Amino acid sequence: MKSLREYRFYALITPVLMVGEVLMEVLIPTLMAKIIDNGVYRGDMAYVERMSILIVLSALCSLTFGVLGSFTAAKGSTGFAKNLRHDIFDKIESFSFKNIDSFSTSSLITRITTDVQNVQNSMQMLIRICFRAPIMFIIAIIMVYRNGGSLVIIFALAIPVLALFIYNNMTSVHPIFSRVFKQYDNLNRTVEENITGIRTVKANVREEYETEKFDSVSQSIHDDFVLAQKKIAMMHPFMTLISYACMLLLAWFGAHLILDGKLGTGELMSVFTYTMMILMNLMMIAFIILTVTMSRASAQRIVEVLRTESEMDENENGISEVPDGSVSFKAVSFSYGGDANVLNDIEFDIESGETIGILGQTGSGKSTLISLIGRLYEATNGEVRVGGHNVKEYRLSALRRNVSVVLQKNQLFSGTIRSNMQWGDESVTDEEIKKALESSAADFVFSNPLGLDAPVDQGGTNFSGGQRQRLCIARALVRKPKILIFDDSTSAVDTATDKKIRRELKEISPDATKFIIAQRVSSVIDSDRIIILDKGRVQDIGTHSELLERNEMYRGLVNTQLGGKENG
Amino acid sequence: MAKLKRLAPQKAKNPKKTFKRLFKFIFDGKYYILFFVILSVIISSLVTVFVANMLSLLIDDYIVPMAREKSSDYRPLLKALILWAAIMLVGIMSVYAQARLMVGVSQDALKRLRNEMFRKMEKLPISYFDKHQHGQTMSLFTNDVDTIQQMISQSLVQVISSTLTLVFVFIAMIRNNLIMTAIVILCVCVLLKLTKVIGDKSSKNFALQQKNLAKVNGYIEEIVSGSKVVKVFTHEETAKAEFEVLNEDLRKTMSTASCFANVMGPVSNNIGNLQYVILVFAGSVLCFITGGAYTVGSIAAFLQLSKSFTNPIGMLSQQVHFFLQALAGAERIFALLDEDDEVDDGYVRLVNMERGEDGKLTECDKHTSIWAWKHPHHDGSETTYTPLRGDIVLDGVDFGYDPDKLVLHDISLYAKPGQKIAFVGSTGAGKTTITNLLNRFYDIQDGKIRFDGININKILKKDLRSAVGVILQDTHLFTGTIKENIRFGKLDATDEEIVEAAKLAGAHDFIMTMINGYDTMLESDGEGLSQGQRQLLSIARAAVQDPPVLVMDEATSSIDTHTEQIVQSGMDRLMAGRTVFVIAHRLSTVRNSNAIMVLENGRIIERGNHEDLIALGGKYYALYTGMSELS
Repeated sequence: MKSLREYRFYALITPVLMVGEVLMEVLIPTLMAKIIDNGVYRGDMAYVERMSILIVLSALCSLTFGVLGSFTAAKGSTGFAKNLRHDIFDKIESFSFKNIDSFSTSSLITRITTDVQNVQNSMQMLIRICFRAPIMFIIAIIMVYRNGGSLVIIFALAIPVLALFIYNNMTSVHPIFSRVFKQYDNLNRTVEENITGIRTVKANVREEYETEKFDSVSQSIHDDFVLAQKKIAMMHPFMTLISYACMLLLAWFGAHLILDGKLGTGELMSVFTYTMMILMNLMMIAFIILTVTMSRASAQRIVEVLRTESEMDENENGISEVPDGSVSFKAVSFSYGGDANVLNDIEFDIESGETIGILGQTGSGKSTLISLIGRLYEATNGEVRVGGHNVKEYRLSALRRNVSVVLQKNQLFSGTIRSNMQWGDESVTDEEIKKALESSAADFVFSNPLGLDAPVDQGGTNFSGGQRQRLCIARALVRKPKILIFDDSTSAVDTATDKKIRRELKEISPDATKFIIAQRVSSVIDSDRIIILDKGRVQDIGTHSELLERNEMYRGLVNTQLGGKENG
Repeated sequence: MAKLKRLAPQKAKNPKKTFKRLFKFIFDGKYYILFFVILSVIISSLVTVFVANMLSLLIDDYIVPMAREKSSDYRPLLKALILWAAIMLVGIMSVYAQARLMVGVSQDALKRLRNEMFRKMEKLPISYFDKHQHGQTMSLFTNDVDTIQQMISQSLVQVISSTLTLVFVFIAMIRNNLIMTAIVILCVCVLLKLTKVIGDKSSKNFALQQKNLAKVNGYIEEIVSGSKVVKVFTHEETAKAEFEVLNEDLRKTMSTASCFANVMGPVSNNIGNLQYVILVFAGSVLCFITGGAYTVGSIAAFLQLSKSFTNPIGMLSQQVHFFLQALAGAERIFALLDEDDEVDDGYVRLVNMERGEDGKLTECDKHTSIWAWKHPHHDGSETTYTPLRGDIVLDGVDFGYDPDKLVLHDISLYAKPGQKIAFVGSTGAGKTTITNLLNRFYDIQDGKIRFDGININKILKKDLRSAVGVILQDTHLFTGTIKENIRFGKLDATDEEIVEAAKLAGAHDFIMTMINGYDTMLESDGEGLSQGQRQLLSIARAAVQDPPVLVMDEATSSIDTHTEQIVQSGMDRLMAGRTVFVIAHRLSTVRNSNAIMVLENGRIIERGNHEDLIALGGKYYALYTGMSELS
């Protein structure tokens, strides 16, 4: 609700306008009744004229209110949605890695797209109908009372019966529908899996089996839908039944009242009109309740995001200059929040300009280790120091500007090669981009006549895995950082290119401290030092030849991967 | 899983034809249901008209005479009311009957539609999936079926009943008074004109809104899914600013679009009100002129009728929109259903053989471990049985996904049973393509491929594919248990066979560490499994299938060396005794192949075993020494 802000006015004025429109709309049947009773019956043409003008005027009034109301309702609800999207987006941008992990990106995307849409729809409905329907309902009842007097008793009987029926019907249909929605997911998943995995299906001759699987889901959707629809099919006839019953009763008692001289025929007619109004609006109210309950889940999911506080203190007033690329870990341990520590008691000092290789099995904590340097995560215990200061002392943006990480799951964004490179540094010149691309062996860009203006699809899908990795490396180089981190960034690049990139790196940024995480020993073999991580601990640290001599695990890796050639 | 973007609604190219076909499909020969539906619609519409007239009957025939005669005999009125109640009851029953009938018809039709679509999809050739984006095909099942559902379950009956009501009310109005009817028609024309103007504006803005919404959602998807990269590059502020622009654009169009849509209600309402006034006025004048021949009751009745006339018109104009949308969807769906199936005119079948007492092999129905190709010859001579061995020959094969653009040129090679053939070459050289030809995912343009001496075009695809195991680079896992996923390779595999296969693949150990072991549920393409584990499962799948010929697209990235060793040894065990085609990404794995094919631009440029190729000193040598220089 806080997200209404500047659109609050529109959201608040709408119900007022609605009331105006409704008043007019309810007034009109009364006027019409008077025309018939006092004008037509008595043959008073002047009266008919007067009242007609009055009706036209109120119709115009109603129209004005209605149009204005439509305008403010649209403005209010869309503005609300805009602000909501804006707030969520800003919030997500302020999230730390830890926050993002805890939500998962796909769920964040659903929240800011589908959920916002749902809330917007019910907001629109809320400010338009939520006031309109009950007001209409109440006024119509009052008017029936005024015009028809005791006839209103009929409604006292009809309304509870109808309300009870609608409520009952909806509560019994609702669970069936939510079950159907789940089965829809099931159905869509089967289709999606079969589209993307069609080769697997065909290669294994599984077409018939998958078809049977699909048929059974499809059948159960059918069954549930039939069940739900059958119940809903009761709704309309029952509504008709009640309204017909009301009409008959009105006719019977109305006739009595007229003959007793307590009611005019015109008044009876207006009562008929109000009857329809009352029953319609009762339906509307039921419908609103249903949609609001449905969008409540969405609203909750949005609030959950907005209420989450970012884990990370950006430290706006921190140090803005990173003096050099030295990195030291002092008794650092880290956990993602579970019981087990991912990193334990990590301790090392790295001088500015060194190249450090990091080896270790999957799950040994390599990626976690390097993400502490750019303060992507906060160390649970101990201290991470960059350029002689604790990372927390820096302004976060200043620190990250100087620590370039090429993530394992890296991503290019839709745009051009140039726009992607500018992510590294907005003011970068084409010359510099060119140089970075050459160094990262991404000079294939220039074989395209469009060069830097060549388009990049979302996620960079128009490039091969290896090309994407090389572009991502170039993007990191463009920033000219003090610390460069490669998290398994060349896995899809062939060994010769891999080697070339590392050679170029030395030339383009000789002073930067470089961390290279790799699966291949050959990628780290010429590093100044190599860190061996095992189960979250530094198992050893040293140069290639030192490790070859004293570290069994390393020797094992070298032997299996390089066939022991290095020794011989 | 990426969320599907709603495709912009398109107009149907041939609405009449599509409608006919859809109609036929919906009722599926059960036209008696249609008859009952229309009958009940007619009854309920008649009742609606009657009810609209009831008030004037009440006033003119009962209240006014009774008032005139100062009678207090309510019996005639009571009788009339009971009669009316009976009529109303018939109306209500027909409303219910029609709703119930349509529930059955619509849900049944939707089920058949979905099933037929899926069945079709499973039969389509691979090339269909190359030509159509996944999202497009997916949207047939979601968006298009949804619009059809909307149409069958709601619009269809409403259109029928609105049209009928319209006709009945119109007749009733004419019978009531011609001049009054003319006034109503005039008002309706004005209303239609206005709604068209507003509707056009609104739908134009809605289209714009959908476009902007797609832009905003696309941007969100991209930035949020890459949010870690955004943070690493401190790109947050730029992203926020860019988002703000898109967001504001969306708000503007959304606001205009929904404003136009909202206005529709009050406008048509008040035109109705004005019409009412005009009618009252005109009615009174008529009443005066005719000196009471046109009664007050008639005026009242006409006013009711006029409301019943404008309501269905509004309904119709609303439904037309849904109708057109559904027809466009139906047209797309029918296009899918009309696609050509993957042709399978093979007649050579794979059959089980039994060794008789005399040592001779004869065909049998039982499961034996001996398989043979049953080849009924066309020339009428006897049927021959060729034992399944896994002998593959490619002879002068040309292939292009697009017949004009060849990807493979003149490929010839052979693999004796049990041999290992490796393909080496850069991305796009055609390695994967060759393996796609072996199981006839695609048909070749020229040349021949023989399996155990039989042209594979003659072999039933189903049987050919069960004889060729494929391990793709990306393992596709399906929602279900691990057991079910491994069983993918062979439907009737027993649990023991599955465990056996998992052990062979080296997957048994990690499966046992999971809480539910083989019954662990996998979701969203095996979320939570590592790349290596997925690959082990796909090896186990192939092991269960136990095919004489195996094609492996070796995947290497993102597997740590430890897992890679496990995967490698699993593959080695699987390869033993089979004819194997390997697409190699690391040269170290191809050294022991019987033959290595070096591919470039769709041609085999070098062939031979490791030693031959090293001695040759060509491309392979360059590649290999490129690596050895590193190591």
